[in-house]
Amino acid sequence: MATVVTKGRAPAPKTNLIGLEKADYRGRPSTLCAGCGHDSISSQIMAVAFELSLRPSRIIKMSGIGCSSKSPAYFLSRAHGFNALHGRMPSVTTGASLANRGLLPIGVSGDGDTGSIGLGQFKHMLRRNVPMVYIIENNGVYGLTKGQFSATADVGQKLKYAGLNELPPIDLCLEALVGGCGFIARSFAGDAKQVRELLKAAINYRGTAVLDIISPCVTFNNAEDSTKSYPYGKEHEEQIQEISFVQKREEIRVDYEPGTVKEVELHDGSVIVLHKLDKDYDPTDQMAAFRLLREAEEKQEFITGLIYIDESRGTIHDVEHLTDTPLAHLDEATLRPPREALDKVMAEFA
Amino acid sequence: MSILETEVRTRRDEAEKRPEVVNDFSIVAATPNGSGSQTANLVLIRAIFKMGIPVNGKNLFPSNIQGLPTWYTIRVSKDGYIARRDTTEVLVAFNENTAVADLAALPTGGVCIYPEEWTFERARDDVIYYAVPVKDLLKQAGTDPKMKDKFANMVYVGALAELLGIDLGEIRGALSHHFGGREKLVEPNFRVITLAAEWVRENLPKQDPYRLEPMNATEGLVLIDGNTAGALGAIFGGVSVVSWYPITPSTSLVDALRKYLPKLRTDGDGRATYSVIQAEDELAAIGIVLGAGWAGARAMTSTSGPGISLMTEFSGMGFFAEIPGVIWDIQRMGPSTGLPTRVSQGDVLKVYFLGHGDTRHVCLLPGSVAECFEFGYTAFDLAERLQTPVFVLSDLDLGMNLWMTKPFDYPDRPMDRGKVLSAEDVARLGGFKRFEDVDGDGIGYRTLPGTDHPLAAYFTRGTGHNEEAVYSEDPHDWEQNMKRLQRKHETARKLVPKPVVDRRDGARFGIISYGSADPAVQEARDRLRARGIESDYLRVRALPLEGTTREFVGEHERVYVVELNQDGQMRELIQLHVPEHAARLVSVNHCDGLPLTAKFLTDSILREEQS
Repeated sequence: MATVVTKGRAPAPKTNLIGLEKADYRGRPSTLCAGCGHDSISSQIMAVAFELSLRPSRIIKMSGIGCSSKSPAYFLSRAHGFNALHGRMPSVTTGASLANRGLLPIGVSGDGDTGSIGLGQFKHMLRRNVPMVYIIENNGVYGLTKGQFSATADVGQKLKYAGLNELPPIDLCLEALVGGCGFIARSFAGDAKQVRELLKAAINYRGTAVLDIISPCVTFNNAEDSTKSYPYGKEHEEQIQEISFVQKREEIRVDYEPGTVKEVELHDGSVIVLHKLDKDYDPTDQMAAFRLLREAEEKQEFITGLIYIDESRGTIHDVEHLTDTPLAHLDEATLRPPREALDKVMAEFA
Repeated sequence: MSILETEVRTRRDEAEKRPEVVNDFSIVAATPNGSGSQTANLVLIRAIFKMGIPVNGKNLFPSNIQGLPTWYTIRVSKDGYIARRDTTEVLVAFNENTAVADLAALPTGGVCIYPEEWTFERARDDVIYYAVPVKDLLKQAGTDPKMKDKFANMVYVGALAELLGIDLGEIRGALSHHFGGREKLVEPNFRVITLAAEWVRENLPKQDPYRLEPMNATEGLVLIDGNTAGALGAIFGGVSVVSWYPITPSTSLVDALRKYLPKLRTDGDGRATYSVIQAEDELAAIGIVLGAGWAGARAMTSTSGPGISLMTEFSGMGFFAEIPGVIWDIQRMGPSTGLPTRVSQGDVLKVYFLGHGDTRHVCLLPGSVAECFEFGYTAFDLAERLQTPVFVLSDLDLGMNLWMTKPFDYPDRPMDRGKVLSAEDVARLGGFKRFEDVDGDGIGYRTLPGTDHPLAAYFTRGTGHNEEAVYSEDPHDWEQNMKRLQRKHETARKLVPKPVVDRRDGARFGIISYGSADPAVQEARDRLRARGIESDYLRVRALPLEGTTREFVGEHERVYVVELNQDGQMRELIQLHVPEHAARLVSVNHCDGLPLTAKFLTDSILREEQS
């Protein structure tokens, strides 16, 4: 057995306000590609849950289908999780939240899950203002089915297998804004600090908090003409088999100041421009937020930071005048009206 | 074309010799949809019911808001038969567009009541006509001209009251019941009714033999539709989350939930102990149900054919991820959009196997409004016990029409919330495996989200998983899991409501049916008995099928399976269940969108027996 050599004394494990260690917020080992931005987001969720001393049992981890939707298995194993159907996480979360208003749902979705098959449920969940953190791990591509464009892919973008994308993207932050969402933020998976801060704010928001996080796909979002794409010169059939080989890559990390612009080179050699919102930006002006997103789209920039916040809207719990006790905890005496109540109703039909 | 079927006509002189027909005939009111005739029809049926006469109403309505023809038939039967009849003797021809065909459908000696101001050709000389001056009577009553269509219907109420002998006091009572006691609405309607009755008394000598006489056969009974009954059953079953998308003919079930939940489930602070969410579509509706069921609330939805199709994917997930939930399917005629306002039992096969892969569901098949109520709460007990979606297959006839019934019995057992571990349980056990078959019944133990113990959480997924609910592609894990689900289905077989069997001495064959086919089967058996042909009867009340049905088929050389679909879907399921006797099962299926009649059934069985 090898001897572990440590320099000095090992520090005592740190605990948070409810006496839990960081390890108590861990999940199962990730099966996503090495260097995937999604894993970085999972790390930030664990870090924030620890920092905020969230009780894991209060959290429910919700997702749909796709690479992003697999990730709830990779954080917070001590919280219940529900990996639902493709695009249907909003409805399942709505039901769970109505059944137990004490739960804190953290949902993880992708651009396919939210922007295509689940766009309807996404918008109706916003309309109902179901209290939850809704994270979109946005990479503009379908990974699990080996690289088709998603509805958030840039117009003019080329992909090895999907070819040229000639349709304009759906901006999910704009959709959220139009849908009446009261918390809209965008970030980049590699900007750990910003992701953490936005997550903390989202967790503390009362209502649906949408966090659109650009999270590049290390495997499939590689442009056809990219020098870092898979080697040319192979037959098409061979290339399909080649997909099973996934190059180990380093995760892209960025750190930049508010009010500045940062160009980031992705794994495929393409460049995205991140524009971190200035400290004096007013996120309570809905029309300004709309203009900001539209202008950024024209400049092909991604605005990052808290784009819009409105804390005035009631949640679905308020609209439904729900009792304080979670519906799932009501006892039989509350759930089943008494015998006399049935007699009275029956008399109406006599 | 009229929806009323014609009968071979006898000669007029025979008709005139006919004696009085008391409490044993049918009335049909043919009106344009949306003209407000529903009030008139409901008042009529309730008044007759309150006279103590057994009665059943069926609304044959179009998929339309205004204008298309609608027929409301009321059957009065001193013997208590409540199935639809092929023949209707008394016609209220208040829809000019269908009047010719409606008249043609009357039997000889039938009655036709129509507005005097019509240019209406009395095309038949073997029926009795009563022309009523609708316009004049409304003018005389001083009704608001804008409301003339609505009040016109009250004219036929008054005419029928006078001609058939419906008690005006009961009619006033029924009006008051209908309008919730609001005199302002009762009074003008009743004024038209009494004027019409008086006019008929003074101007139209009675020529027909049809008459109503008070009886004592409805005392202690109530008149209610199956959708309201189902909603009440769900409420007394503790339903807490309802999510739905409007679709005919299931909408009135949720309407009833929305009516009674605020009255019955508001807490001391005026807050709701329930939530009813109108979803954006049926996909979301069932998603909300499964999310709520997973989190520990009793949740349900109500839909019909097209909605069921949309719920397919989630139903499969609910089965595989083992999440309780209740789905009512008020069946209407398919395929596709089909006939949205006509009855069918065409979803049985599909719903039983709803989902891709090897999926099988627990389905309850209420055969009466009382069973709609009972299954309303039983469905939740089964769903939570079996940790699976439970379907209740009602239909348009049962769901939307009024049926006589004894007042519903209060649930006789406490709720069964199934195998749920608390934090204390998890601590005591030192953990748990979500899908371990501890008890050998195929049902694992679950924890609810929010259970505060480090070992309480598990991950719910529609993907392959092992006993610990961890993702697994291991062939052994997959096989074991599916075998356990099979064991769970066997457990369901033992827990679902057993069939109701009625045996008669000297029975020549067996009859199997379910749901709203029941009243016609009961009547047909009596008709066959009158011809010296006895039969045994089994009414299926749930899927999966169990031993009682197997034995019943084994006991009879011929078993007629009666249902309202083209393919004989229940017959196919029974054939799968009892393959060694598959050839014994003869399908007697009725599939034209209308409720089953005893005549159709008797004729069909006699034809088979004679061949």
